[in-house]
Amino acid sequence: MSGKSLRLAYVPLTDAAPVIIAREMGFAASEGVALDLVQARSWALLRDFLSAGTVEAAHMLAPMAVARAMGLQASLPPVEVLMVLSHGGQVIGTSTALARDLPPLTGAAQAADAIRSAAGPRPRVGVPFAFSTHALLMGRWLGRGIEIRTVPPPLMAEALARGEIDLFCVGEPWGTVAAEAGVGAILASGRSIWAAPPEKVLAARAGWAESRPEAAGALMRAVWRAGRWLDQRGNREVAAEILARPEYLGLPVETVEASLTGRTAFALPPPPGPFITFHDGGASFPWRSTGALIGAQLAQRFDLPQEPAAHAGAAIFRTDLYRRHMRAAGADLPGASMKIEGTLTHPTAVASERGTMILAPDRFFDGWIFDPPVD
Amino acid sequence: MNRHLNILVIESDETRARTVADALAQDGTCRVVILADTSSLSRRIAEMDPDVVLIDVADPSRDVIEDMAVATSPKERAVALFAPGGDTEFMRAAIEAGVSAYVAEDIRPEVLRPVIDLAIAQFGTVRRLRLELETTRRALEERKLIDRAKGILMRARGLSEDEAYALLRKTAMDQKKKMAEVAGALVTAAGLLG
Repeated sequence: MSGKSLRLAYVPLTDAAPVIIAREMGFAASEGVALDLVQARSWALLRDFLSAGTVEAAHMLAPMAVARAMGLQASLPPVEVLMVLSHGGQVIGTSTALARDLPPLTGAAQAADAIRSAAGPRPRVGVPFAFSTHALLMGRWLGRGIEIRTVPPPLMAEALARGEIDLFCVGEPWGTVAAEAGVGAILASGRSIWAAPPEKVLAARAGWAESRPEAAGALMRAVWRAGRWLDQRGNREVAAEILARPEYLGLPVETVEASLTGRTAFALPPPPGPFITFHDGGASFPWRSTGALIGAQLAQRFDLPQEPAAHAGAAIFRTDLYRRHMRAAGADLPGASMKIEGTLTHPTAVASERGTMILAPDRFFDGWIFDPPVD
Repeated sequence: MNRHLNILVIESDETRARTVADALAQDGTCRVVILADTSSLSRRIAEMDPDVVLIDVADPSRDVIEDMAVATSPKERAVALFAPGGDTEFMRAAIEAGVSAYVAEDIRPEVLRPVIDLAIAQFGTVRRLRLELETTRRALEERKLIDRAKGILMRARGLSEDEAYALLRKTAMDQKKKMAEVAGALVTAAGLLG
């Protein structure tokens, strides 16, 4: 035991699984890390914890880190992305009123048209946070004519009931909760819009990982092993038992299990593959092109120049740190750090150190391709 | 001549809200409004148009307020945060006290600072009192549990009160548990065995 004590902030959501499992299944301990998990019930508080140095690292919405790099928030210390924690896990739905006005849905593009004509000029879309993959997905899907509104996930059903939003994109179980309350209808998985949407990342204050390489490496390997464990058959049920505990999510085990195993019923059949991924298909690799894409999309939404935003996003996805620290854990590493996003229609083998890397499909619903304007 | 500072305190706990509001209103330069219900929060804040919003640092509704700051023009209105200039010491004090503040862009720092300092002090005091109350209550409950466990041991094994206490303490030490935990297990087991 080298006595590394680390504090990590997380928001109690299903996709906090890798950091919770890293602690509970002993992956952190076997790296010599005493992992202290600090719960934050809002992204604002998580950000404050990280900014004030109350914690060293955090489970964070990928676009939140990029937004900070773009200067979209107050003058707080910048953060960087050490690895990606999850892909997918988002559900998209409508109010029951809007669902009644929709024709039968046959595909994501047709559904977008149907929603645009049924919902009126500027549909209001509830998402968990202004800078979130949820907001990005809805913008890509429905275009810029939507009004993004922040609604804390546990309050999504209430916002639907009050008629404050017409659509929502949220992590499970909150979509199912809204549907079961009779105030919403689940249409699609986030993966129907983008086959591999990066959702949460492991973030740290800029410079921390380089000033504490041993601690950062140990943390990254522990979380990576937890992600691999989560994607192994049969482990999600165990994970659900752990996550459901009062000190973590404090939800019924069945609810957590349903959202981890993807038992949500979608009107639009999602593409093949798991509802949420923590490891497989190269999910944890922090592609610089992903950071660039998120930056460019945020810039578009806020009418800012896209190229500098893409650069800022790419710069904080620390592919170099991932390579340095994960080789020791046995992670396969791709030859490139950047890819053209949106080109993979099926699982694709790519050049990698061990020759075992198969990337998951990353196609967008409309065939959109993002070629990062970055070296 | 300073204009009044309009402060909105979002807090469902009435005592806490009043304590903070009274302290802020005392010097006469602040007008304080309390909002206890956080539904339709962004609409209400837009209607009230306060200069400063004070809210519990751990309130989940904070994300809704953050949204207001980025919705129109994210770069200009990004001042909506409680750490002017990214002062981390100050932030830590605020987190410790349990308060966050959102500030309209046109409020001068020298006007604001005393208000925020006061808010930190007030929220901090209320939080400390609440923690103390909780600790006292828990200690009392643990005492009761240990007394019951002692009683069970005295009856079942014919021990004196001191012996029963010593046995509980030794068991707790051996098992690296708190005495209250051992006592609780014993009380539960005794209940099951009738």
